[in-house]
Amino acid sequence: MENYIIDLQHLSKSFGDKKVLHDINIKVRKGEFVTLLGPSGCGKTTILRLIAGFLAPDEGKILLDGKDIVELPPYQRPLNTVFQRYALFPHLDVYDNIAFGLKLKNVPQKDIDAKVRKVLRLVNMEDYEERDVDSLSGGQQQRVAIARALVNQPKVLLLDEPLAALDLKMRKDMQIELKEMHEKLGITFIYVTHDQEEALTLSDTIVVLNEGRIQQIGTPADIYNEPVNSFVADFIGDSNILDGTMVCDRRVRFIDEEFNCVDEGFGENTPVEVVVRPEDVNIKKDIQKGLFFGTITSCTFKGVYYQLFLNTDKGYELMAHDYRKFEVGDLVGINILPENIQVMKKERTCNAFDATVLDSTHLEMLDGEFECLPTEIAPGTKVRAEVAFDKIDILDHQEEGSAAGQVYSIIYKGDHYHLTVLTDKRKHIYVNTNDVWDKRDLVGVRIEPKDIKIVEINED
Amino acid sequence: MKIKRSGWSLPYFIFLLLFVALPLVLIAVYALQDSSGRFTLDNIGRFFSDSDALSTFALSLEVAVENTLICLLLGYPAAWILANRKYNRSTVTIILFILPMWINALMRTLATAELFNMLGVELGKGTLLYGMAYDYLPFMVYPIYNILQKIDPSYAEAAEDLGATPSKVFLKVTLPLSMPGVISGVMMVFMPTVSTFAISEFLTNSKIKLFGTIIQENINSSMWNYGAALSLIMLVIIGITSLFDNKSSAAAQEGVI
Repeated sequence: MENYIIDLQHLSKSFGDKKVLHDINIKVRKGEFVTLLGPSGCGKTTILRLIAGFLAPDEGKILLDGKDIVELPPYQRPLNTVFQRYALFPHLDVYDNIAFGLKLKNVPQKDIDAKVRKVLRLVNMEDYEERDVDSLSGGQQQRVAIARALVNQPKVLLLDEPLAALDLKMRKDMQIELKEMHEKLGITFIYVTHDQEEALTLSDTIVVLNEGRIQQIGTPADIYNEPVNSFVADFIGDSNILDGTMVCDRRVRFIDEEFNCVDEGFGENTPVEVVVRPEDVNIKKDIQKGLFFGTITSCTFKGVYYQLFLNTDKGYELMAHDYRKFEVGDLVGINILPENIQVMKKERTCNAFDATVLDSTHLEMLDGEFECLPTEIAPGTKVRAEVAFDKIDILDHQEEGSAAGQVYSIIYKGDHYHLTVLTDKRKHIYVNTNDVWDKRDLVGVRIEPKDIKIVEINED
Repeated sequence: MKIKRSGWSLPYFIFLLLFVALPLVLIAVYALQDSSGRFTLDNIGRFFSDSDALSTFALSLEVAVENTLICLLLGYPAAWILANRKYNRSTVTIILFILPMWINALMRTLATAELFNMLGVELGKGTLLYGMAYDYLPFMVYPIYNILQKIDPSYAEAAEDLGATPSKVFLKVTLPLSMPGVISGVMMVFMPTVSTFAISEFLTNSKIKLFGTIIQENINSSMWNYGAALSLIMLVIIGITSLFDNKSSAAAQEGVI
């Protein structure tokens, strides 16, 4: 049996009536560099604050070396945090900031001196002892914050988006330094970030979170090469995410073409989602060498590669990365290797809303009232209303629709957009549309009566 | 014709000249003249040989120090509770604390005196300090509250994270960071208390005389020159303390206490 230094078991947490964490289970090995990755509001910082002890979970356990520490106040936990905005004490100089924790533990002055000097050398901040923290640059403050945490030799170092406030160049440098520090010290790091590139660069293990739920846990390579769902694929790196059908084992159909692949066990003619990374879209100048062909619609230089957009002959858009330059309008052959096609089970094939019958032609759902085809079901009955993704109209103004919401995420699927719209009460509406929307757009939702399929639910 | 931007300050300048600078000059002029208008330093000298005035001055300082301490001891915890979201989520309670400032101090003092009379409490130093603390407490609470609620809560979290118990967090982080508020609170209570005279008159039945009272008596009995000299001395002393406080509060802002 393996020993875990941190073991989060079934953590859940709500703020008011909003549940921000659902059944979180994470195991961290000693010396591991674990990154909690997700968009803002996904709950990653909440998890860190639960571990640090600034918040208490509603349910679940936090085991440190096998012992539950949920009841311990932060000052008794052998963990230290590097805060997002550093939180260096403005009334103390660099030395006193770093010595703060040691002084509280009544470490002899001589040892404090030695430890502070050692840790300052570690973060390349010698000769800054006497400096006022306000006189330091962002990067220097960051180093002091890291030193202040490390000097206490914590069992686990918690880092809350520590590089978010730095400029790009500085951030890259600090990434390398953090990685070196981690290797040198052997301390377990738990790192929170919304920057997927940072996560891929630094981590041994990445935990991808969305809406308070763990989406995937794995090594950077696993997460990049084998995302489990379209959210992960979309969030980590560039990708082509496409709707497809598993024809049979090792055979998948998407963008109106059929491909060999390496996946099995989905069943026959099962709807799936397919991820192809842009660097895996092989472009052949000789169109005969491709499985199918397409036209270059844009070519942008990105430093080490060109980012290309192609229109396939069947009318789908694909993104590709290539070291060669192409001209817009070039007709090229396209090939995708079987092992580069990542097939994922479709999480849902249509919307299923909880609804209540109001009268013979109306339903109450999504906090609004919708007209439906005449039904015999008695008013007041709870039913399920199924609506296909492409049968939902979204409208510019919230008041124009029967229900209202906000665009939460957008995934481009080659020939249409797949949107997630959240209502005020955080109910999810999934929409396929050809129109261009932006994240956080406030929209109205309309559904034609004939497109609502009412399904009775068994009361047992 | 276009008026220059600096032209807008003219009304304020005139106001300051008429109601601040001119009276100050007049005080100085009167203080350095005898009753027939000749230049003299006698008025100033008289104060330092007037044991009555000196002891009153000492008493005023003593009362002011006591009042400031009382306000600080009552006001700091109040401000801390008001600024703490765990205990106070409403601005109404803050307004309730500030509310007395909206009512004329003289009226409040008279009402307090009546209250003591009604309850049969003998007027003396106790009632004087009570009245002063009552009058000046909001001036202590407000600046401290203001600073406390602006302190980024992550400082306290960082301290706790580094192993500080809640009481250590307060002593090592919250208190030092709130010093600018404490200093301005102390200034706003201490300086006006030194020169107050109405409170002592009403709340001790004029049994206790403060420095402000002596000035008022001298002016009232037409001893303008000596009264002005006493005012000047008080001004200089307050001026000196405020200079000192300015320096330390500026230092507090920079974090080099």
